[in-house]
Amino acid sequence: MSGMAHASRGGRGWVPEGLTTFAGQHRSISIIVAMTLVTILLPVVVLVPPFSTFSRQQVWVDGFAISGVFVLLALGLNIVVGLAGLLDLGYAAFYAIGAYAYAYGASPFSGLHIPFWPMLLVGAMVAAVFGVLLGAPTLRLRGDYLAIVTLGFGEIVPIVFKNSDTYTNGTNGIGGVYKPELFGFVFPLTDPWPFYITMAVIVTLVMIFVYRLQDSRLGRAWQAIREDELAADSNGINTVTTKLLAFALGASTAGFAGVFTAAKLTLVSPDQFLFTVSFTILAMVVLGGMGNIWGVAVGAFVLYTIQSVLLKQLNQFFAAINAPVLQNIDFVQYQFLLYGLALVVMMLVRPEGLFPSGRRRRELHETEFEMAGEGGTDTETPEGLSS
Amino acid sequence: MRFGGLVAVNRVNLEIPAGAIISLIGPNGAGKTTLFNVIAGIIEPTSGAIDLRGRRMVAPAARSYLEPVIWVAPAVVMGILGFIAVQATGSQAVIAISLLATIALLVTTLLAAIIRPRWYYRLLDRFGIFRSARPSDMVHAGIGRTFQNIRLFQNMTAIENVLVGMHINLSSTPVDAFFSTPRQRREEASARVQARSLLELVGLAGRDDEVARNLPYGDQRRLEVARALASKPALLLLDEPTAGMNPRETSELTQLIDRLRRDLGLAILLIEHDMRVVMGISDRITVLDHGERIAEGTPEEVRSNPRVIEAYLGSPAA
Repeated sequence: MSGMAHASRGGRGWVPEGLTTFAGQHRSISIIVAMTLVTILLPVVVLVPPFSTFSRQQVWVDGFAISGVFVLLALGLNIVVGLAGLLDLGYAAFYAIGAYAYAYGASPFSGLHIPFWPMLLVGAMVAAVFGVLLGAPTLRLRGDYLAIVTLGFGEIVPIVFKNSDTYTNGTNGIGGVYKPELFGFVFPLTDPWPFYITMAVIVTLVMIFVYRLQDSRLGRAWQAIREDELAADSNGINTVTTKLLAFALGASTAGFAGVFTAAKLTLVSPDQFLFTVSFTILAMVVLGGMGNIWGVAVGAFVLYTIQSVLLKQLNQFFAAINAPVLQNIDFVQYQFLLYGLALVVMMLVRPEGLFPSGRRRRELHETEFEMAGEGGTDTETPEGLSS
Repeated sequence: MRFGGLVAVNRVNLEIPAGAIISLIGPNGAGKTTLFNVIAGIIEPTSGAIDLRGRRMVAPAARSYLEPVIWVAPAVVMGILGFIAVQATGSQAVIAISLLATIALLVTTLLAAIIRPRWYYRLLDRFGIFRSARPSDMVHAGIGRTFQNIRLFQNMTAIENVLVGMHINLSSTPVDAFFSTPRQRREEASARVQARSLLELVGLAGRDDEVARNLPYGDQRRLEVARALASKPALLLLDEPTAGMNPRETSELTQLIDRLRRDLGLAILLIEHDMRVVMGISDRITVLDHGERIAEGTPEEVRSNPRVIEAYLGSPAA
């Protein structure tokens, strides 16, 4: 509750007071309302120029469905990085594990055909187990060291999937993964709408869950560990279980995303889960505003849409208007250059992200806040007084 | 307690009866905070032990070489059983199942070893293995503490800090949080009420939503006391609670400490440099110097002890 209140106090002056109060008190309802509005409005907005000039509505909606995957991934990584403060550079591994779990559960390759909906939970659980397995040996590591180990894990997983030919079909991946089915209705390959709606529902549920977690006993324990691990330990928080839960819950969200992707693309292959994916998700979390759930969701959505839709369209757009020089640039190739630029600019101008949580903003603008906060100058104590 | 060649705290016996205020004084570097850290389970002593309410909590590890056996034994037994079963039946399914069961057992025991739930300690106990309690276990056992250099959760609000302190008294799980069950909502609401009354108790009423780092220094100290109280400890360790406070704040805090003992029946172990505070409220005082206990007794006895005077003021010129 308080997190929302702070955010509104600091940065969202343009939202009426009554609305923020309501949102703070009935968060789940407001998430559902907001997500419904977004889900309805997005396909409508793309009918309006200039968006309509880029591509057909069908293509946009398809892109939105996939961007939902990245929103999920960003929400999950936000638990690990934003709330618990554990820097995870190999997050795509859990995404891969979720996707392969579904491919094993429902494809001609394994001969099984378990329905999509229970597999959604199974994929999440398998990913969570691997989250714990990765978390357990890294518990004592912090910061850079943790980042290196998770980076290694993120590299190992796709390589294992690639090299164990007999079990995973190697580089070719597992194809012909079955589509989801709902009351006898099989989601068609060419129609993105059912996937779009499903994704919106999953994102809504995960968002409600993450918000509730954040304000629960566990969420506070995560934040306490992020602030000061020793103090958290000395206040009765079992840091081991708490960190493992962060890894497990973060990974399970990636598991959802993995299952959905496998079902949507009907194909899983190791090169979908390379380091660039982990990096992209981390960039989304950082740019969106670490620790703020709406922030990372919007950040992920915007970044994915820019990367997958706008960059591709820019080429055609500039070619169509015969712009000099610009029409010869392949913007998709410069995707990571643009990411890098965006990150550098962000870190210089607005290190807390586009939509920061109140807490993160306080942390990064320490000096300004201390001067503004009452009694801030008292916090310095002469070292001589404390022996 | 020994760090390499340095003996930081040497054979100090300290007994804290329920409801007593015991002070620990001594010049800088005497080993007071080190002793605190041993009691709180942060560092394991090289010799000696901490008992809490008749239970051994902290001591050097004993027979720890046996511990890995506990980790692998169940898996090994399972593996052998599986091997026999495979020999008997020879079916593919049995191989897969016994292999999975073996791995699952190994993972479970290893996880238990790092999570260390209560039953794991009891299991170790049965084999005569001793592992010191961790800081969080000490909190469960009834010890709350504050730090010499304030360690609040700086970017969390005052009430959130206290709520973190309440962690062990709350029982909601992530599943409760997901479904926002009535139990979870009731627990959260009552925790907030309790947290607010704790803030009131230490004199921070109405500052619930203030971020910890923005609180004045004295208030930060008080907030740390409130956070330590939130776990409902039986023994409270206060590490220089009045450092950096002005005389008025100091006397307020002294009254608070006295009230905690009177109203809540807490035992308090206090490190303090301010002699007015120490002499005013302590039942007994232990004086440390260079890790050794040089005096112990009531405030009057300690005040007139020649060794204490020497340690504080230096020996008279020969």
